[in-house]
Amino acid sequence: MQSGFIRVVRLGVRSLLLHRLRSALTTLGVLFGTSSVIAMLAIGEGASEEAQEQIRQLGSQNVILRSVKPPEDPNQGSQRTRVVVYGLTDEDLLRIRETFPALADTVPIRELAQEVRHLDRVMSPRVLAAPPDYLRITGRMLLSGRFLSAADEMNVANVAVLGYEVARQLFPLKDPLGEQVRVGSDYFTVVGILAPRLRQSSDRGRPGVDTTAEVFIPFVTGRKRYGDMQVRIRAGSQDMEQIQLHEIILAVDTPENVEFVAAASRAMLGRFHREQDYEVVVPLELLARAAETKRIFNIVLGSIAGISLLVGGIGIMNVMLATVTERTREIGIRRALGAKRHHIVTQFLVETVVLSVGGGAMGVVLGLAIPLVVERYADMRTVVTPLAPTLAFSISALTGVVFGLYPAWRAARMDPVEALRHE
Amino acid sequence: MSRSPAADAATNASGARSGHEPVAQLESVSRVYQMGDQRLRALDDFSFEFRRGEYWAIMGSSGSGKSTLLNILGCIDRPTAGRYLVRGEDTGALKDDALSELRSRHLGFVFQSYNLIAQLDVLENITVPLLYQDNPPADGLERARRLAERVGLCDRLHHRPRELSGGQQQRVAIARALINDPALILADEATGNLDSKTADEILALFDELHGEGKTIVIVTHEPDVGARAQHLLRLKDGRIEEVRHQR
Repeated sequence: MQSGFIRVVRLGVRSLLLHRLRSALTTLGVLFGTSSVIAMLAIGEGASEEAQEQIRQLGSQNVILRSVKPPEDPNQGSQRTRVVVYGLTDEDLLRIRETFPALADTVPIRELAQEVRHLDRVMSPRVLAAPPDYLRITGRMLLSGRFLSAADEMNVANVAVLGYEVARQLFPLKDPLGEQVRVGSDYFTVVGILAPRLRQSSDRGRPGVDTTAEVFIPFVTGRKRYGDMQVRIRAGSQDMEQIQLHEIILAVDTPENVEFVAAASRAMLGRFHREQDYEVVVPLELLARAAETKRIFNIVLGSIAGISLLVGGIGIMNVMLATVTERTREIGIRRALGAKRHHIVTQFLVETVVLSVGGGAMGVVLGLAIPLVVERYADMRTVVTPLAPTLAFSISALTGVVFGLYPAWRAARMDPVEALRHE
Repeated sequence: MSRSPAADAATNASGARSGHEPVAQLESVSRVYQMGDQRLRALDDFSFEFRRGEYWAIMGSSGSGKSTLLNILGCIDRPTAGRYLVRGEDTGALKDDALSELRSRHLGFVFQSYNLIAQLDVLENITVPLLYQDNPPADGLERARRLAERVGLCDRLHHRPRELSGGQQQRVAIARALINDPALILADEATGNLDSKTADEILALFDELHGEGKTIVIVTHEPDVGARAQHLLRLKDGRIEEVRHQR
C-alpha cells in the first residue's frame, strides 16, 4: 500500500475531480488573489526602486540648494518688460563655505537657456555650467573622454562634456570627441561623454537608456560667455531673469551630518533672502520619505492582498461546507467503518488545501507572468523579489487550512447514525 | 427489577444455542430519544447476548427498536442506560476514537443501500475499514483481492460502484465487512433493495459465512429472510417479544 499521506492527497484530488467545474471555479478565487499579490508587489517594488534610484542619483549625502522663482507680485503684473532678480547668489555660496568648513565640497551650478547645435542638428538640453567637482559629488560616470578640469576653469576654456542622449542625437554616426558643438553663439570642443543614467519613469518608449539631455561646460566659462541675465521671449512679452546660481550642491562628509547641514542652510538662507526664492532638497530626507511611501504602499497592498485572499478563502469555505453537506452520507459510512474524527478532519482539510495550494501554485505562475507583460506593454519597471511568490503562496496554502478547518470540523462532528440516514 | 421471560429464555435456553463465548452482550440497555417534550423509549431495559458463531435475524414492526439495537450493536450509537460489551469489553468506557478503532477492527457492516464510496473502486472500497485501523495490516490489498474473488467479483476489481449492479455492489459491501475478520457482522435489511433472485444469492452468501463460523446479526422485516437465520429475535416496543431457535 502507498504511504498514508500520498494516498490521502490522491483520494482528495479524486473527490475534487468528481466536481471538476466547481473545484476549478473555487480555485480561481485563490489564483487571482495570489497572482494579484505578486503582481502588485512587483509593480510597487519597481516603482519604489525607481524612485529611490532617482533620489540616489542626486547623491544621498548631498544637500541641494535650488533657486526657485518666487510667486509673482500682482502689483507690478502690468509691466511688459522687466527683469526679475531672484535665487541663490555668490554671497550665499561664500557664506556656506565659511559656515561649514567640514563640508567636503560645495559645487555651484548655473543653468543656461541655450540651444545646442551641430551642423543642422538642434537640441535644447540643460546646459549646465559646473566646476570639475560635479562629477565626483554626483557619482556620475564617464563613458569616454574626460570631464571638465581645473585647467579648463583657469583657461576659461570652451570645452563641453555631453550627456549620453545629446551625444547620440547630435552625433548619430560619428564619435563626438574632438568635434565642435555650438552652444548659443559660441563654439565648444567636446572632450567627454557621460554614461547614460538608468531609465526614469518619465522616459517613455526608450527603456534602459537615459534621455536626460545635459551639456556641461566649465563654470567660469559659463559666467564669462553668457552672464547672469537670461532672456526668455514669450508671446507678447519679454521675461528677463537674473539668477547668479541655479543650484548649490553641498557634499556632506558623513550621513549623520546631513540633517544638521540641511537645517543650518535653511536657517541661513532664511536670514538673507527676503523672499522664498530657493528650496533645499535633501535626498536623504527624500529617501526617508520614499521609504515611508513604500511602507504605506505595502500596508495598502497588504490589505488588498488580505482582502482578496479572504474572499478566495470564503469561496473555498462556502464550497467545502456545501461539499460536506452533500457528502454527509459518505461521512456516515466512513465513521461506521471505523474512521476516527481526525481521519474525517484530515480528509476534508486535505481537499481544501489541495484546492488552495493548486490555486496558489497557478497564481504564482500567473503572478510571475503579469509583471513581464506590464514591463513589456505599460513600460513600467517591475521587480519580483523572491519573497513575493513565497509569501503569496504560503498565505494561499494557509488560507486553505484556515478556511477548511470549520467545514472539516463540522464533518467530523456529525453523528454517524444521523449521517447514515441522510439522503 | 423483573426480567422479561423472553430474556430469560434467551440467556438461559442454552440447550438450543452454541456453548461459545458471547461476542456482544447487552445488559439492561435502554435508549431514550428526546423529541421535543416527548421521550421515546426505543430500547427498554433490554438484556441479551450474541455468541460466537451464531446467526440471528432480528425482526419487528417499524418502531420496535430493531434499528436502534443494530446501531448500538454496531457502536455507532450509545445506550442511554445499561452496559454494552463487545468481546467482554465495556463500550461505555471507550472514548470516541477507541470506539472507532473497535468498529474498524471487530465489526462489519452491510447496509440496505450498499453504501459504497462513489469515488473509490471495488478493491479500494473493500479496504476502507483497514485504512482507519491504528496499525493496518500490510497485506490489506492482497486480502481484499482474495475477498473480491470469494464474493465472485474478481473481474471487477477496478470498477467504480456506479458501474456495478445492485447485487454486485452488495457483494462488495460484504467483502468490505469481512476485510477485518470481524467478531460480528451486522446487516441492515441487506436484501431490501434487491430482486428475489439476487437476494437469494446474498442470503446464500450469509449462510456460507455462517457455515464458516462467522457471527451474523441481520435486521429484516421480510419473513423469508428471517426464516433462513439460525435464530430469530422478535422485538416489540423496545423489548423482546419472541426468541425462536429455528435450526
